[in-house]
Amino acid sequence: MTGADTDALLVTSGLTRTFGRLVALRNLAITVRRNEIFGVIGPNGSGKSTFFNLVTGFIRADAGEITFDGAPIANLPATEIVRRGIARTFQGTRLFRGLSVRDNLLAAAALRSPVNWWDGLLGTPVLARAEAASGRRADELLAMISLTARADAKAGDLPYGDQRRLELARALATGPRLLMLDEPAAGMDAAETKALLDLIKDLRKRENLTVIVVEHDMELIMNLCDRVHVLAQGETVFEGTPAEVQAHPKVRDVYLGADEEAAA
Amino acid sequence: MSPLLYLTQQTINALAIGSLYALVSIGLSLIFGILRMANFAHGDMMMVGAFATLLLVHAGVPFGVAVVGGVLIGALAGALVERIAYRPVRGSSDVTLLLTSLAVTYILENLGILIFTSSPQNFPLPALLDDVVSMFDGQLIFTRINVLTLAATGVALLFLGWFVTRTTMGLGMRAAAEDLGAANIVGLDVNRLIIVAFVLASGFAGLAGVLWAAQSGVVEPAMGFTPLLKAFIAAIIGGFGSIPGAVLGGFLLGALETMIVAFLPSSITPYRDAIVFALLIAFLLFRPAGILRVQGEAKL
Repeated sequence: MTGADTDALLVTSGLTRTFGRLVALRNLAITVRRNEIFGVIGPNGSGKSTFFNLVTGFIRADAGEITFDGAPIANLPATEIVRRGIARTFQGTRLFRGLSVRDNLLAAAALRSPVNWWDGLLGTPVLARAEAASGRRADELLAMISLTARADAKAGDLPYGDQRRLELARALATGPRLLMLDEPAAGMDAAETKALLDLIKDLRKRENLTVIVVEHDMELIMNLCDRVHVLAQGETVFEGTPAEVQAHPKVRDVYLGADEEAAA
Repeated sequence: MSPLLYLTQQTINALAIGSLYALVSIGLSLIFGILRMANFAHGDMMMVGAFATLLLVHAGVPFGVAVVGGVLIGALAGALVERIAYRPVRGSSDVTLLLTSLAVTYILENLGILIFTSSPQNFPLPALLDDVVSMFDGQLIFTRINVLTLAATGVALLFLGWFVTRTTMGLGMRAAAEDLGAANIVGLDVNRLIIVAFVLASGFAGLAGVLWAAQSGVVEPAMGFTPLLKAFIAAIIGGFGSIPGAVLGGFLLGALETMIVAFLPSSITPYRDAIVFALLIAFLLFRPAGILRVQGEAKL
């Protein structure tokens, strides 16, 4: 393997998915390097969500390869993909709304402290150690998102911004190497967005994470990402640093075109 | 007869029947909570548990051990049904799930008839348990098996409460009942959780089957049908998908049936089931989410 290959964490090639006659994604080739924050932008319907759903096993590809850390993961079940180390959040949240804030984290943390049938049934010391480890991890994450005081509140009762951060923490509780955030700043005000940006940058360092972000908030993308991939109508328009993306005429066309369509 | 003793007697009757409804109803709600599926084969786990106990007793196993064995075999049967029949169609349309569970019922009941014939067989309850305890000059009467039924239900409910709220696997089940898709993306082993849910639900049904057979004195392949219908009513009254709702609904239904017999003129008594089903229709019309108001997302 070459140096460039071992530096790549997630690689897609020829990734294609159609819905009926609509080509949602065509021949997508993306390489995300270890420890980078990688942005994916594009107008509505450009294929961003399809890309997320394909990588995380929510939908199946019609054609193409996805490799994670050198191993093919295309068409594995979602649960298996989390186990390999890819966690995600959703546009709008999908918390366990009736469970407490802490239980949301515990349910996800259980993944990293696996317990077999017998230990689980018999309540052996293995189970006790696993539960203690999950508990520590949950408390650590609660502190990180400043929700320790609301640990016993129902997740569904939290304000929206807190729910978004809880979902981020729940994704982290699974112990990912790659974190995929689907519009993490949607519905947040400027101060909350800034705090989120700092949190993601800090996480990358502390947890040695690679992050892929889909976002409409251009400012967030430009301040957060190392590289940005621009999609339109399921195809790659351009890829480069935030500065390159902003300066690129084709990108402006795509966004201007989308704006005109939206205005029409 | 003293009104107080009469009331106590009726309370005992209500609890004895209500606890059986609760035991069966819990399993229906547990499965529905996670899979959104009405498991019609649930009643047949009562039959499996009761017949397994019967066979073990006939093979010379002491009664107490045979009951434990019967309950475990019922639990195992539920897990097998999930693995063989339900998992392949998981996530299919409601109609597919409904037809699958009806098919399983049909197969199990006919298997029962094939092996044991359709005629009722005597349930070998030890005489000691069948003893009638008579107090206050016969104004208060109950059998030991009534008391045992209540005790067994109490222990089963406490165990389930502990399991669901205090164990990691119980937490996983509550999470799966909230959002099965989200449970997948946080890496919960959903297949394992569902198997465990079927083991618990079917074990409870098996226990209810043994207790039902002990109270009625007979075992037959179709024995699960009536309790299953009653358990559905109980679950709907309480709030389908909710375990506390199932327990509440079970005991309320037991109380209602007892009251109809105890306090209404005897000319009304034959209409007991009609009244109960009228109540069910009323609930479905006016409070479909049940007493505990379970809406959309079920809560374990």
